[in-house]
Amino acid sequence: MAAGAVHEVRLFATLRTGRGKVVVLETERPSTPAELLGRLGIRREEVAILLVNGRDGSFDAPLATGDYLSVFPPVGGG
Amino acid sequence: MFGYVGTLLRIDLTNRKIAKEPLDLGAAAKFIGGRGLGTAILAREIDPKVDALSPANKLILATGPLTGTAAPTGGRYMVVTKSPLTGTVASANSGGFWGAELKNAGYDAVILEGKASSPVYLSIADGEVKLEDASGLWGSLVGKTTDSLVAKHGEKARVLCIGPAGEKLSLLASVMNDKDRAAGRSGVGAVMGSKNLKAVVVRGTGSVAVKDPEALKAAVKDCLAKIKANGVTGSGLPTYGTAVLVNIINENGVLPTDNFQRSYDPKAEAISGETLAEKFLKKREACYRCPIGCGRYCETDGIEGGGPEYETIWAFGSDCGVSDLSAIVKANYWCNEYGLDTISAGATLAAAMELKQRGLVPAAAAPGLEFGNAAAVVEWTKKMGALEGFGADLAAGSARLCEKYGAPELSMTVKRQEIPAYDPRGIQGHGLQYATSNRGGCHVRGYLISPEILALPEKLDRLSLEGKAAWAKAFQDLTACIDSLGLCLFTSFAMGADDYARLLNAVCGTEHTGATINLSGDRIWNLERGFNLAAGIAPSEDRLPKRLLEDPIPDGPSKGWTHKLDVLLPQYYELRGWSKEGLPTKAKLSALGLE
Repeated sequence: MAAGAVHEVRLFATLRTGRGKVVVLETERPSTPAELLGRLGIRREEVAILLVNGRDGSFDAPLATGDYLSVFPPVGGG
Repeated sequence: MFGYVGTLLRIDLTNRKIAKEPLDLGAAAKFIGGRGLGTAILAREIDPKVDALSPANKLILATGPLTGTAAPTGGRYMVVTKSPLTGTVASANSGGFWGAELKNAGYDAVILEGKASSPVYLSIADGEVKLEDASGLWGSLVGKTTDSLVAKHGEKARVLCIGPAGEKLSLLASVMNDKDRAAGRSGVGAVMGSKNLKAVVVRGTGSVAVKDPEALKAAVKDCLAKIKANGVTGSGLPTYGTAVLVNIINENGVLPTDNFQRSYDPKAEAISGETLAEKFLKKREACYRCPIGCGRYCETDGIEGGGPEYETIWAFGSDCGVSDLSAIVKANYWCNEYGLDTISAGATLAAAMELKQRGLVPAAAAPGLEFGNAAAVVEWTKKMGALEGFGADLAAGSARLCEKYGAPELSMTVKRQEIPAYDPRGIQGHGLQYATSNRGGCHVRGYLISPEILALPEKLDRLSLEGKAAWAKAFQDLTACIDSLGLCLFTSFAMGADDYARLLNAVCGTEHTGATINLSGDRIWNLERGFNLAAGIAPSEDRLPKRLLEDPIPDGPSKGWTHKLDVLLPQYYELRGWSKEGLPTKAKLSALGLE
């Protein structure tokens, strides 16, 4: 894998405040969701649902280039 | 007597006789109230094989022991009857204020039987109960009906009524209360219409006696703290309502689109809860004693009213290929006015669109009914409510519609009721729950979205089959009990069986534990199953539509998945203590005291 990567981070509900709906982050080396969220000032405890490519994600698992995140605060109820 | 008032109201519409009867305390202890007690009364009093729209069916409006108390969300009631849509027992739950008002008027439940020879409404003002002429209200929309009755009976009166869809026996008709709260599903409004009953107006000035007020106060304080501390009930639902699910479900690739032909909607952001809050939300609404306040009140183009909920947005939105949120707010408004179930109405439009897409419905019969046509969705919703032209075919629901036009497999229904807004192919436990729900396609008989998507109380892999049968049973049982207590299902995001036991014990002086709460739910579930079997609904109907079992989701994050019902269903039957054929065993029924 190339050293750097580009990741789309999709933000929802209150996590959009001050950040927008979608943020594209470039990294110089392989990174994790925790690192990307850290760059956006989002703490782990603010995140209720973390998806990587639409599947359950892990904060500390390395991302492959092109992987995208969907990040939700505690919300829901149908 | 504590919790219960101890009195049932029996209305013989045929002979216009009104009687007050003592509550059967043995049945109340066994089946709690609301959904459980209502079903017990129905099962005892009607032949499950009766034509649901005949005078032999009964319509039961039942509160629970916590309805009208200080318990959080204690304003719920159930409409229990035999469903004309599914042929199963129908239990439709609603909030607002009507249920608590009935309890404060001095009644645990109202049993409506027979059929009036001309339109009537029932007026209850504490002990004074009358049947009154409703010929002047017949044909009126829900808003006008409610306003007229409030003007006549006073601004504190609470109104439950049907709209034109119920009068004309649409199998998708809801019973509405407080204008925009709906006992929505299974065609309960058609049963009310078949009895020539337009409305039930209630004014109650009493209160519910509580066994141990100090214990209740302490239990309520702790439950409120849990509700406030929980991210979903404390901040998510109050801020965005249920509509926030649009993006969550879509990002998981399980948002059914174009009548479940796909399950990822690239235009979902336009109809999301975030967009609703930004562009259409006028104010929030809360039901009786509700600390959550998930209700939305929206405005667009001079139309305003309650909703829309997530399922409504999905039904008229993604399922119909529509991304115009203003049109969805309008379709929701017209459903509330005509008294139509928004889920079934939208899903039936989606099925009609696919029939037309395949050339099975003549173009001239249903102009405009094409995926993505927002204006047509609004217009056809009104015609469905009025049963006008092709709208009469739509008003019978998607199963009958697709049968009539030669493609029953295009109906996305279980037991002839439309499946709501979550594609079971990508949420395996929830799909099992759909297949086994006692009222057909329904998300609130066991909301496995909670663990499979929302990580509450813990995160399950939505695509895994492991343990899902046990989760489905546990959620179904607890939900049956919550529906019987008179509380809102949304409390269960934050509260557990022990909390419900504590509230019930404080109010009634009972000695429930979390275990007996769950056991009561199991008993109610089996009671419903027994009614359905006696009604002729065979276990072979515990199925999902062929598309969901055989056609993989074509794209998006859940691409390639089908539902694995054949693996899960035998596990579920075994956990329920049923035979391999899905029949409750004698031993199981005996253990539950149901023989």
